[in-house]
Amino acid sequence: MNTLNLISAAIIPIIIAFVFIYSIFKKCDPFEDFIKGAYEGLKSAIPILPSLIILMTAVGMFRESGALDLIINIISPFTNLIGIPKECSALALIRPLSGSGALSVFESILNDNSPDGFIGLVSSVMMGSTETTFYTMAIYFSATKVKKTGCTLPAALTADFTGFVISALAVRILFSI
Amino acid sequence: MKYLFAILFSISIISATSMGKIESISNAAISSCSDAVTLFITLLGIMCFWSGLMNIASKSGLTQKISNLFKPIIKFLFPDIKGDKKASEAISMNMTANLLGLGNAVTPLGIAAMNELDRLNGHSTEASVSMKMLTVLNTASIQLIPTTVIALRLAKGSQSPFSIMPAVWVTSFLSVCAGIAVIKAAHCKDTVKSTNKKKRTASL
Repeated sequence: MNTLNLISAAIIPIIIAFVFIYSIFKKCDPFEDFIKGAYEGLKSAIPILPSLIILMTAVGMFRESGALDLIINIISPFTNLIGIPKECSALALIRPLSGSGALSVFESILNDNSPDGFIGLVSSVMMGSTETTFYTMAIYFSATKVKKTGCTLPAALTADFTGFVISALAVRILFSI
Repeated sequence: MKYLFAILFSISIISATSMGKIESISNAAISSCSDAVTLFITLLGIMCFWSGLMNIASKSGLTQKISNLFKPIIKFLFPDIKGDKKASEAISMNMTANLLGLGNAVTPLGIAAMNELDRLNGHSTEASVSMKMLTVLNTASIQLIPTTVIALRLAKGSQSPFSIMPAVWVTSFLSVCAGIAVIKAAHCKDTVKSTNKKKRTASL
């Protein structure tokens, strides 16, 4: 475990150092290139703020409204049928909406259940294999002028839903539970 | 996306009214706005830093080397960029960051790639197939080592925190495939339509 911790802690510093050293080695000016690139980054970050504000407000209100509990109560009979525990459905619902929300749901699942039990394993796999879909979409598209996103959201949600169903299946098969 | 926020807001208000939580969503509305700005400021630093680093790597030819490794995948997933050098480099860097699980670097590199695709798309208001593809790849990212999850499992007393890794690989691979399939299928219809149109106009 310590080795992995060390690797994951060291990877970013190593990448940074490597990029700078490689640039010197190739006789470029890393400082100047950095300044230019960082300024470009600054410019492309500005358009993100407005969509970030509306997204986080909508998601924040949604989380506080208790709508999630209502929806979970409605769908859990169906998700139980395909062998997914109620706790995991809650995680699957919050996961595309809010990264920090998902993390706190995940943490409370691990507090109430063994991390090595079925519920703990399924929720771990779900957490590890999906991303905060709406946040990613809002940020990526607000950086450009795109208004018509076409099939992006349906495709992303199909991917999320597949991940949600497969995670329970994968745990059953790979851990033979 | 057009209807998403209207739906989210109305669901929130209806369920908050029925559960007597109007006050808490009103507080949430105000605090979330400032949370968004806090998050943006964090993001701003990270964006500048990784864009700067990316520019060094691109000027020294390092990104070119990495993008060569990804060439076959990019050719399959992003056929309409027609091997554009800058765009494939940016996409490769975003994929590398995803695979290595460099959480903070993924977004800036993804946005850089998005801007390249926007340029190829002529800054149109309609997303190109490649833009859709890149976004879906990032909403269902493949991570080799899901560090956050493993660390949390260990902290909660798991006997084998790493045991989930094969299941995570299988699940994220299949979910990415499902996303790609939807886009490929939707795009496939477009090309059929346009070829049909061409045929019809030809026969007329």
